[in-house]
Amino acid sequence: MNVPWLTILMVVPLAGSVLVAFLPKGRGLLAKQVAFAFSLVTLALTVAMALQFSADSAERFQFVESHPWIPAFGISYAVGVDGISLVLIALAATLVPVVILAGWNDVDEGSRGSVKGYFALVLVLEALMIGVFAATDVFLFYVFFEVMLIPTYFLIGRFGGPQRSYAAVKFLIYSLVGGLLMLAALIGLYVVSAQVTGTGTFDFGALVGLEIDPDLQKLLFLGFFLAFAIKAPLWPFHTWLPDAAAEAKPGTSVLLIGVLDKVGTFGMIRYCLEIFPAASEFYAPIVIALALIGIFYGALLALRQHDMKRLFAYSSMSHFGFITLGIFVFTTQGQSGSVVYMVAHGLSTAALFLTAGFLMVRVHGSSLLSDYGGVNKAAPVLAGFFLVAALSSLALPGMVSFVGEFLVLLGAFERYMWVGAVATVGIVITAAYVLRVYQKSMTGPLKPGLEGMRDLGGREVTSLVPIAVLTIVLGFFPAPLLNVINPAVDRVMSTVGMTDPTPTISSTGTSSEGSGQ
Amino acid sequence: MTELMPAEGVFSLIWLLIALPLAGAVVLLFGGRRTNSWGPYLGVLTVCASAVLGWLMLLAMLQNPPEERTFDQNLFTWVSVGGFQADMAFQLDQLSMVFVLLITTVGALIHIYSLGYMAHDPDRRKFFGYLNLFVGAMLILVLANNFLLLYVGWEGVGLASYLLIGFYQYKHSAAAAAKKAFVINRVGDVGLSLAIMLMFVTFGSVSFEDVFGAADQASEGTLNAIGLLLLLAAAGKSAQFPLQAWLLDAMEGPTPVSALIHAATMVTAGVYLIARSNAIFDLAQVAATAVIVVGVITVFMGAIIGSAKDDIKKSLAGSTMSQIGYMIAAVGLGPIGYVFGIFHLLTHGVFKAGLFLGAGSVMHGMNDNVNMRRYGALRTVMFITFITFAAGWLSILGIPPFSGFWSKDELIHAAFEESVLVGVLLIIAAGITGFYMTRMFIMTFLGKARWEDDVHPHESPKVMTIPLIILALGSTFLGMALLFWGDIESWLEPVVGFESKEAPLSTAATIGISLAAVIAGVIVAYVMYARRPIPIEAPRGSWLTRAAREELYGNQVNQVLVVTPTLVAAKAATSIDAKGIDGLVNGLAALVGAISGRLRRYQTGFVRTYALSMVGGAVIVVLALVLVRAS
Amino acid sequence: MNPSNYIILSAVLFSIGAIGVLVRRNAIVVFMSVELMLNAANLAFVAFARMNGNLDGQTVAFFVMVVAAAEVVVGLAIIVTIFRTRRSASIDEPNLLKY
Repeated sequence: MNVPWLTILMVVPLAGSVLVAFLPKGRGLLAKQVAFAFSLVTLALTVAMALQFSADSAERFQFVESHPWIPAFGISYAVGVDGISLVLIALAATLVPVVILAGWNDVDEGSRGSVKGYFALVLVLEALMIGVFAATDVFLFYVFFEVMLIPTYFLIGRFGGPQRSYAAVKFLIYSLVGGLLMLAALIGLYVVSAQVTGTGTFDFGALVGLEIDPDLQKLLFLGFFLAFAIKAPLWPFHTWLPDAAAEAKPGTSVLLIGVLDKVGTFGMIRYCLEIFPAASEFYAPIVIALALIGIFYGALLALRQHDMKRLFAYSSMSHFGFITLGIFVFTTQGQSGSVVYMVAHGLSTAALFLTAGFLMVRVHGSSLLSDYGGVNKAAPVLAGFFLVAALSSLALPGMVSFVGEFLVLLGAFERYMWVGAVATVGIVITAAYVLRVYQKSMTGPLKPGLEGMRDLGGREVTSLVPIAVLTIVLGFFPAPLLNVINPAVDRVMSTVGMTDPTPTISSTGTSSEGSGQ
Repeated sequence: MTELMPAEGVFSLIWLLIALPLAGAVVLLFGGRRTNSWGPYLGVLTVCASAVLGWLMLLAMLQNPPEERTFDQNLFTWVSVGGFQADMAFQLDQLSMVFVLLITTVGALIHIYSLGYMAHDPDRRKFFGYLNLFVGAMLILVLANNFLLLYVGWEGVGLASYLLIGFYQYKHSAAAAAKKAFVINRVGDVGLSLAIMLMFVTFGSVSFEDVFGAADQASEGTLNAIGLLLLLAAAGKSAQFPLQAWLLDAMEGPTPVSALIHAATMVTAGVYLIARSNAIFDLAQVAATAVIVVGVITVFMGAIIGSAKDDIKKSLAGSTMSQIGYMIAAVGLGPIGYVFGIFHLLTHGVFKAGLFLGAGSVMHGMNDNVNMRRYGALRTVMFITFITFAAGWLSILGIPPFSGFWSKDELIHAAFEESVLVGVLLIIAAGITGFYMTRMFIMTFLGKARWEDDVHPHESPKVMTIPLIILALGSTFLGMALLFWGDIESWLEPVVGFESKEAPLSTAATIGISLAAVIAGVIVAYVMYARRPIPIEAPRGSWLTRAAREELYGNQVNQVLVVTPTLVAAKAATSIDAKGIDGLVNGLAALVGAISGRLRRYQTGFVRTYALSMVGGAVIVVLALVLVRAS
Repeated sequence: MNPSNYIILSAVLFSIGAIGVLVRRNAIVVFMSVELMLNAANLAFVAFARMNGNLDGQTVAFFVMVVAAAEVVVGLAIIVTIFRTRRSASIDEPNLLKY
């Protein structure tokens, strides 16, 4: 029986958002409950789907659906998932209920946007995020890619801090510029496909392996890549991120950085690499250079930020440098590591922003480090979760982020020894800025005025526990992730036509000499 | 040749060695306040259970012939991508065994001691949770069968150390010291990460078996690179030059922590790492020589710092640095030295733990004052502490028949086999050791009381003194036991190898000279501190004393070479971001805004102006059409 | 009669209308000028229809008339409303919709 899993996954949150939007005014609590219920149903469905996913299937995509949409241009509504998109969909489906629960009281009836508006937008965003990862038609992907901007724009622009309009418009313009470049490249790609195969198509499967003229390929690659580089964001296309993250509600920031930005890195590995393998190889040195700059630049800026949310934004930029690096070194370790890192970064960012949000709720909405100090004394549970989030961010071994980061660095080291070595130095600065935040906010004498600070309540703890548990459990047992990611990455590698460098010495089977001579 | 034995019988419980303390940590740290009353006892119990299990394993291991003492337990595949695979797998052999016993036994004693020491601390549940976490992580470190899993333990102990140094979080100094320790350790971790990567690139595997098995096929350059990177890692964890600056600040932590983590076990992980990687260092001459150099430099740095500090814990920390320098130098010697490096590590683990706990007992009686200039004459009021401290003191000095004598003497003798220079340097350092330990002993226990007015020193409770007594017995007899009864050389030989060369000095001569050096140091200290009154205010001292008080300017060097450049770069990046990149973006926006500001002036509001422009436009279009047609 | 004469007449009428729109201030007169232009266009449509021998142009002319009638209704209403508030039918007076 063919269950249209992916369509259901999109329809459920969408239906939820419609329902929430049409609730009578003033029923804020009901809106939250309905939104939460729908997000939980989506999560349950995602889990059910993931359990049926077969890691070693011969098919590239599973749960495939395809219906003609605009046949004249070869556009169809085609969805399907491979291991990479599956874990990212799972990430999105996990984070939305967490965000809803954590942001339960973030919006109240008195504020500019209505309660139901906020939660309806979050659900719309969830549907679109699932769609963007599931699309296997490049045009459909583009549509989701662009439409996602709308709910995000409103989430930032209506529910954010004092500078929200500036931040929202900046985000929108940046994204639109990227989207426009991608649209141009997309049309070019269609024309090329029409020239090569006779009939133009947007079907991903048909576009992979298309013989595109190298020079043209470079141009088209740039169109796609710039869109993704702005989304991801890569240095120097990043300046929208700190503003957006600082102004948005913590929950919005989580979805924005934790999931939405992953569309950029996802797009690089799925579209840039597979459709334009030659151009990817050609531009790899430049991309790697940008990624390296991003790693250090983001980390150095994070070292000097006074605002927690901006700090996390810059740290994310540094992490995105790692992810991009892993993708463009063309090794299985690097790319699998990147995908694991995407998941890990989603989780750690969520934990960081949410705990920061919980802190802000308690101290008049301030996210300045100077307003905190010694919180550990007053709210040890909060401080504990913050520490776990911080350690996850600095990729402590035993956390899932370590698996991702180490694999990325290993992959980079395999291909370009010095790149890997230089990037590894970044982990020192990461430790420095992450622990600086913890030191400034949580330790030291309790800041006057914080004496009566409440510790985390039941709802807040409930929202953080799944993230912490996933971070640690997947750190010690990443097999569920790696088992689905590896086959997908192997496919990418074979499409690109690259193989891992072989070890200098093949030692398998020669280990008859024990360690002690 | 050693065979890998499947983990059967008691060895099928290798995982439990680690799981017990970790489970304790989980219950204590996540159990919340409910576990406040019984949590600490659970913590003690789990570590004691691990210790018992460890000793049972030792007995079982003794049943097997030496070449069948390596047990392998593979739990599950941990990370597997492409050709890379790392398992959650443990390996217990003779080397791991002695570490397991050291960690669990000394750990258990320190846990028990902490019941008394931390009795009045409101956060003692967390303290025991962290201690358990440490023991679990340290066991992962020494039991891992591959480098990636070792890395987990390596960072796990770093985390526990971070948490425990910063245990008194409300103090700025403690929080800063914790961060400093972690960040400097991270520098070492870069070395370990890169070493693991280089191993994978070279050997296609990161398991001990594969890497060490194929080490002889790798080029010497690669092996040297791996060795140097491992040395960097070891320097970070073991507070060796040039990454030594964190250890003295780490004394901000509670004293049992200093004893367990920053003296007996964690800081010796570097020695373990190098001894474990003996197959690499044996073939990497440059790296091995670098190990010796780093070790010898640190021997002196630690000893000099220890001679000048008035803070009893910092002085002991300097001593720890110095003693680990001995071990590092020993394992740099190759097969001549591995065994003695580990031997000294074991005896040092016991006597230094005893010394630290003794210092803790003193502080306990002195209202947590650490300034030795305000001690004096404590032998009268804390007799047990005095006696046990004396055992540790004689042991570190290397006075026969105390433990330290055997290990240090063997170590120095081994150094002579390799190089006279190293041997001589180590003997000189032994003299300095004699000086600073005697100075500490005199200032604390002998002479006249220089106590502050409101201090009423008293002996510590039994729960603290019993571990002290056990450790003192260890400080006295462990050396003999290991050497004569345990036969440490042939015990470790299958793992790390052992050989011995003709030394230019006979054993008796080495003993004689090093004892002479130590006694000279003792006499100098006696003349300076026992014959003269000790001023309560520290005198200005010579330039060397002042430099030593400043920890030989290690912090200043770090500041100038690393911290300041990083901050400058960060500042530059910040202004590039705000003025450069964002300036460009906002400038572009402002440009568009300015242009449209100009253009809108043409919207005058007069209908007829618009009409005229429309007509004008129409005329232009028509003219254009006509012209195109005409041409 | 040569159909091109109708075209010339249409062009003349259109130009008169256009000049009227540009130079007159009174809204009613401007309005009438616009109507003149529309009818000039109608004349051209019909003339072309005649020349080409089909009815397309005539159809369009009817559309234009309907639209013009609708436009007159809306336009006059606006002019009257403006006249009531401003006591003037000059089209230079209401210039609030600027910048």
